[in-house]
Amino acid sequence: MPAPQTVIPLWRDVRVLRILAQVIFVITLVLVANWFYTNLSRNLGRTGIHVGFDFLHLTAGFRISEGISFESTDSYGYAFWVGIVNTLRVIGIGILLATILGLVAGVARLSTNWLVCKMASVYIETIRNTPLVVQLFFWYTATFLKLPNVHDSLELPGPIYLSQRGLALPVPHLTEHFSSWSYFLVAGLVLACAVYVGRRRYLQRVQRPGFPSAWALITFLGTSALGWFLLPRSPIAWEVPVLSRFNFEGGLQFTPEFAALLTGLVVYTGAFIAEIVRGGILAVSKGQKEAARALALNNLQVLRLVIFPQALRVIIPPITSQYLNLAKNSSLAVAVGYPDLFSVANTIINQSGRAIEMILFIMGSYLIMSLITSAFSNWYNRRIRLVEH
Amino acid sequence: MRNTFKVLAVVSLVAFLMPLMSIGQGGGTLDVVKGRGKLICGVNNAVPGFGFVDQQGNFSGFDIDYCRAVAAAVLGDPNAVEFRPLSAAARFTALSTGEIDVLSRNTTWTFLRDVDLKTNFAPTTFYDGQGFMVRASSSINTLTDLNGATVCVLQGTTTEQNLADLARRLNITINPLVFPDSTTRDQAYDQGRCDALTTDASQLAAVRTTLSNPADHKILADLISKEPLGPVVRHGDDQWLDIVTWTVFCTIAAEELGVTSGNVGDQISSSSPEVRRLLGVEGDFGTKFGLANAWCVNVLKSTGNYGEIYARNLTPLQLPRDGSLNALYTNGGLLYSPPFR
Repeated sequence: MPAPQTVIPLWRDVRVLRILAQVIFVITLVLVANWFYTNLSRNLGRTGIHVGFDFLHLTAGFRISEGISFESTDSYGYAFWVGIVNTLRVIGIGILLATILGLVAGVARLSTNWLVCKMASVYIETIRNTPLVVQLFFWYTATFLKLPNVHDSLELPGPIYLSQRGLALPVPHLTEHFSSWSYFLVAGLVLACAVYVGRRRYLQRVQRPGFPSAWALITFLGTSALGWFLLPRSPIAWEVPVLSRFNFEGGLQFTPEFAALLTGLVVYTGAFIAEIVRGGILAVSKGQKEAARALALNNLQVLRLVIFPQALRVIIPPITSQYLNLAKNSSLAVAVGYPDLFSVANTIINQSGRAIEMILFIMGSYLIMSLITSAFSNWYNRRIRLVEH
Repeated sequence: MRNTFKVLAVVSLVAFLMPLMSIGQGGGTLDVVKGRGKLICGVNNAVPGFGFVDQQGNFSGFDIDYCRAVAAAVLGDPNAVEFRPLSAAARFTALSTGEIDVLSRNTTWTFLRDVDLKTNFAPTTFYDGQGFMVRASSSINTLTDLNGATVCVLQGTTTEQNLADLARRLNITINPLVFPDSTTRDQAYDQGRCDALTTDASQLAAVRTTLSNPADHKILADLISKEPLGPVVRHGDDQWLDIVTWTVFCTIAAEELGVTSGNVGDQISSSSPEVRRLLGVEGDFGTKFGLANAWCVNVLKSTGNYGEIYARNLTPLQLPRDGSLNALYTNGGLLYSPPFR
């Protein structure tokens, strides 16, 4: 017997109410946004501030202490770009090194070796529980600025010079013989590919593990070295840093500001990553490890082949947050005088008075960088996730 | 080292409060001070050499001495002063509202402050400007020697802008290393990261005293911006402005004429008509603006002439006077008193 048909009034119909609630929410959101916008534009108009981006073409007039080539006659827009590149440089290298450090420290904290385990614990607990900006000051003023004066800098073989003005390295540049050498490089590359493919097929046929990429690398290096010795002069020359009146010139230079910021970020983020790695490893059930041991895998193989692939699924999402933190923490660069995008933007604000535009730029830049990092991590996370067949 | 925003904030605040305040007590500041029996002077308490208070609560400094000079001129007693420490942001409001009688707090004379904030500046007592400190052992002696040097500078200040302008003007390369706070900036310079440090010359001298070895550093004589500092009074009280103005001139003229705190007693019997007029032996200059005729004698007895004030407060900071703008005009400086006649 069918249920008696009752007509539900419109104001009590769940389907209608759901839609209505969403419509009201959207309208409220638009009203709030509109209120913010009109408020901003009215106040800006009242104080006579004009928002516009024409000033980006104006001559900056200041210099930036490091980064890609920049002259004081370049524009504000380009100055900001130099700041972005400096930020990306520290974020890119920082994420790479922090991951390695975190991985090592996380595994070390689980080590059965008492000393290794305690050392990792002390590192992680000390670093995680002190503010980053304090650590940056420590690295900058108490470590890198304590290096010898530029006029009595340490000379390492190379020659590499280490002083409180930074690290100055020789940088290779190509000579006229490079074009002849490039034939050897191409030949080496082709040979290496052939060796890789051949070796891989062979290993698959005989059902044995091995390292075809190592064979390929040796082939490539061997061919290149052969070409190097056959040529009359070396195809690559070294531009050596030379001490001028105030500082080293030429070569490749890393400043103490960059070093302090990078060290601070890597050590700090590494400690958090270590804990995430430890958690991820502990999340893999003990039976997996025991089973792997039963198959006679050694410790490293257990870690590499059994534990990590499973732990990664737990590790990746929280590690992404740490990468984002590192990216955003890099704005503390200004505290140790590193010209990152935040520092350069501050200078531009001081020079041009365009605070609103530059703040928008700063927020936009960090947002874009974070979204890209996040998108990449999400893609990687999807790739390694457990696929049920 | 003025932040543009701070100035704008103060300007707008004062402009807003202006109608509410009773400015210009109708030429009455002198009577108010005399009736009160002491002068209230707005000062700094944190810049060694200019305005500084020690642990016992004693004020000392160049600006402090000008407060004492005004008190000596008006009341005959250099200690009849109440010092009121003021922040940079609060100083003009304190002056406009009549909370203080005179502002003597390393204040730069600018158009906006003079015209828009309704103040009057007495003659400049110290010509400051943005300068550079370098290591005494370095080969930097002039601004052009800075070519290629790394310079530590504070972010968000006019000094950062002036530095950029300087490099363009002289067509030299200066690598700025910008820091958001002065402590890190000073440390980076002290440890040798920078070849030079730039800020206002008077501040440089104070920074130098905090370095690990002050004697290893020198301040270049060249300045790259104009920061004339002097006492400030309210608009609308011409008699009071005259008193403060001529108190400053009294110290300058005395130095020019060779009158010091030590010899002022003997100089009263000098035969030079200029000295006699300055010291009130001839004429009745003091009574013309409501003071005793010996007003300038009182100033010189208590604080001494300009050279003595400078030597007492700024020479210990190793701020060189010779060859600077603060020398007498007869020595190539800018200090020049109109004639007392």
